[in-house]
Amino acid sequence: MNDEPVILAFCCHYCAYAAADLAGSMRLQYPGNVRVLRLPCTGKLEVNFVLAAFERGVDGVIVAGCLEGGCHYLEGNLRARRRVERARQLLVEIGLEPERLEMFNLSSAEGTRFAEIATTMVERVKRLGRSPLRPDTKRTEHGIQEIGRQAEAMLAGEKR
Amino acid sequence: MIVADRKKIPEIRDMIKNHRRVLLVGCGTCVTVCLAGGEREAGIIGSALRMALRLQNRGDVVVDECTIERQCEDAFIDLLAPRVSDYDAICSLGCGAGVQALAERFPKMPLYPGLNTQFMGILESQGVWTEKCSGCGNCRLGEFAGICPITRCAKRLFNGPCGGSRDGKCEVHPDLGCGWQLIYDRAVNLGILGRFERIVPPHDWSTGLDGAPRKVVREDQCIAGLCSRT
Ligand code: SF4
Ligand code: SF4
Repeated sequence: MNDEPVILAFCCHYCAYAAADLAGSMRLQYPGNVRVLRLPCTGKLEVNFVLAAFERGVDGVIVAGCLEGGCHYLEGNLRARRRVERARQLLVEIGLEPERLEMFNLSSAEGTRFAEIATTMVERVKRLGRSPLRPDTKRTEHGIQEIGRQAEAMLAGEKR
Repeated sequence: MIVADRKKIPEIRDMIKNHRRVLLVGCGTCVTVCLAGGEREAGIIGSALRMALRLQNRGDVVVDECTIERQCEDAFIDLLAPRVSDYDAICSLGCGAGVQALAERFPKMPLYPGLNTQFMGILESQGVWTEKCSGCGNCRLGEFAGICPITRCAKRLFNGPCGGSRDGKCEVHPDLGCGWQLIYDRAVNLGILGRFERIVPPHDWSTGLDGAPRKVVREDQCIAGLCSRT
């Protein structure tokens, strides 16, 4: 169990989160080790959220936003793409493989695509191996919950 | 404002890796605005450093972050002072002035710069900053239609342009507007082109950095006596 990769997916409320939900209702098989975290928009994603996830030992991070041109906040997903690029540069400097982080665009109707994305990332991370920063899966899971609470607070419009 | 950008993580990691507890100090003024060393960047750099250290088996080095409003003023550094004794080094995300203000204030504390301080400049467009002033101590903008020949002409010419000005671009770099073309264009708009018919005498550089570190004194403000610092 401990060797199963832990993947965190930051999902936009309007598309990828709904797609993940749809994948569930369609009873599509996708790896259970992808933890889905809802954001109001991927434009809300900050580089420090991604780094916080890696620091807590996740093996891979998915950022999933609306199709380009389809963002409810016009350009949140375009901003997110730039931030993901920046976070990948930082991963290189840190000494982690940048492939552990990737942004995808999909619509809320693409349950199948969500399942594919999840499978792709799990397979990729399995190839790369467990993150050298994850000595303890329990702490990683705990860390993910902590990041989740922050994201939920953000969604509820509360001050962090 | 002062514009800076961050050093690469491996460079900072190697500067601090032989300490046990390092305080990463952000600054809430210029470097926050140019997105190099404010609270958010301190969080990002701190997290990146902790990971980079762990990957080099130096996970025992503690890196904590905090940000003060202004690193170049003692009144703000005061707020930091109570925490500093818990650490054996500081990495500053302030500009070079901020780093040195902390070094003066904490004489026994090793101090490392997390940023490369670049220049005095402006936000040209979102995410792009450009240099506008070299702090020569003897501002001549009034004579040059509001465009600084010292900073914006690559050769610092006072009687430009040189022969390398082509289609408004400087020969030094194809993306660089010729400072003197800009001066002439504005002078035309302002109807003051005629002033460039005379040769501009050499600049008085004695007010610049070449002499020694400079000092500005406002005696009416020196209520605690003249200048404690040299
Ligand atoms: S003339 Fe001197 S003070 Fe004025 S903008 Fe140029 S460098 Fe700065
Ligand atoms: S081309 Fe223009 S900016 Fe460049 S060095 Fe010559 S005068 Fe200065």
